Amino acid sequence: MSHHIVQADNLNHTYSDGTMGIKNISFKITHGESVALVGANGAGKSTLLLHLNGCLMSTKGEIRIGDFPLNKTNLKSVRRSVGMVFQEPDDQLFMPTVFDDVAFGPISLGLPETEVETKVLNALETVGAVHLKDRQPYKLSGGEKRAVAIATTLATSPDILVLDEPTSNLDPVSRRRLIELLKTFEHTKIIATHDLDMALDVCERTIVMHNGEITADRPTQDVFNDDALLARSGLERPLRMQAICTIPFINTKTG
Amino acid sequence: MATIENNLFDIRYMDTLASGNSSLHKIDPRAKLITTLIFICMVVSLGKYEISRMVPFVIYPMALIISAELPILYLFKKIAIVAPFAILVGIFNPFFDTQPLVQIGDFSISGGWISFTSILLRFGLTVSAALILICLTGFNGVCMALEKLKVPGPFVVQLMFLYRYLFVLIEEASRMVRARSLRSFDSKGMRFNVFVQLLGQLLLRTLDRAQRIHLAMCCRGFDGHVRLNRTMSFGYREIQFILFWSLLFVIARWYNLPVKIGSIIEGYFL
Repeated sequence: MSHHIVQADNLNHTYSDGTMGIKNISFKITHGESVALVGANGAGKSTLLLHLNGCLMSTKGEIRIGDFPLNKTNLKSVRRSVGMVFQEPDDQLFMPTVFDDVAFGPISLGLPETEVETKVLNALETVGAVHLKDRQPYKLSGGEKRAVAIATTLATSPDILVLDEPTSNLDPVSRRRLIELLKTFEHTKIIATHDLDMALDVCERTIVMHNGEITADRPTQDVFNDDALLARSGLERPLRMQAICTIPFINTKTG
Repeated sequence: MATIENNLFDIRYMDTLASGNSSLHKIDPRAKLITTLIFICMVVSLGKYEISRMVPFVIYPMALIISAELPILYLFKKIAIVAPFAILVGIFNPFFDTQPLVQIGDFSISGGWISFTSILLRFGLTVSAALILICLTGFNGVCMALEKLKVPGPFVVQLMFLYRYLFVLIEEASRMVRARSLRSFDSKGMRFNVFVQLLGQLLLRTLDRAQRIHLAMCCRGFDGHVRLNRTMSFGYREIQFILFWSLLFVIARWYNLPVKIGSIIEGYFL
């Protein structure tokens, strides 16, 4: 039995107000894969992510985590194996101190006190934030908040990491540090992002979404070389793959 | 807007104070919480004309401020901010209660003024005790003490979340107000209907955020209980602290100390 496989079968979700969220989504992500989920705003990326650990339930089709279809009865064990990092760290860090916040997951899982502490310290160590453990979340900088938010999920030892826009609002150095960190994780990773260069760095496979549907599911390099597909999906090539001089160079010296 | 943001930093300053290292800081939060509660009960239970009995109670906040080296001016400012409420409560007493109570030569003071003064004193004492508690313990420390004292979980969690998201909410509100003021060039104040709109927006955003937070909690196995892993040590020092102060409060509550001391001094000299 493996918990590391994520499989969607003809997944559909319609919001209660009738808006179509996602339709006919099917994919299979296997152990240790790192997959980028890209698409224009409103393409349905976040809706799809929320299905992966049962925050939203599909209106049609099913999602399988490991060998089981996700349903209300195994929600708890699924949430244990799928760790989710939300886009807004302030939503994720709700406890009084960083330590309490990272400990929230392990304590909820019923781990004994001493084990909780080692789990927390290990998780903070991984993201390089041990020195922040007694600080209050609202006093942290954006990059620190993001690192701690990732630690909160790592502390529950998930097999699968789901990240929503992990590099948004980060300064270049913090972003680079985060990319290096993500590369070291051996978890199955599913990352929704607009940062296509990050996708290029971290993910070998990319799923492109447009208007709630999957328009491509191929190796990352392949996707970003397909200009027609990118244009159709409201995307463009990652900056580093764009031709050097797409912006016309204006020569001010005319003499 | 600057004022709201400044106040925000002002509140955060209390947390900075709470991370201090004096011996009072190190006392178990529960001991400080219990002592503060006893203090407040004793002060509030005094009769409405009993100003002289209230005076000895000043020792408690003063002793704590001095031994923990808290910034006294900052505390006064905090008290002054909430003072209007107390003034409003008592301001009509002098008009309704005109019975002269104290006679000094030709000058008489009515019962209304005395009770008004006692309301202000009571307010000053209780608010300063509460502020000192937070400056010495931190808001979260107080919440944890409440939890350990078996206050029902939902109340503690409410308080904790209130404090955690207060800052997020204020920042959000101040961003909205700034956005409005940048695009309303001639306005001298906020029009009422704009204010209503902003408030409504803020409510909707808050609801959205609450939903996202709830999701984030569920993702990490939230089952209706927030548990805190904290070991607190309630030892000899704590018991001493509570007993010493409570004894003092009880004595000050039932014996009119200023009058007693006054009569002793009188007896000595006369």
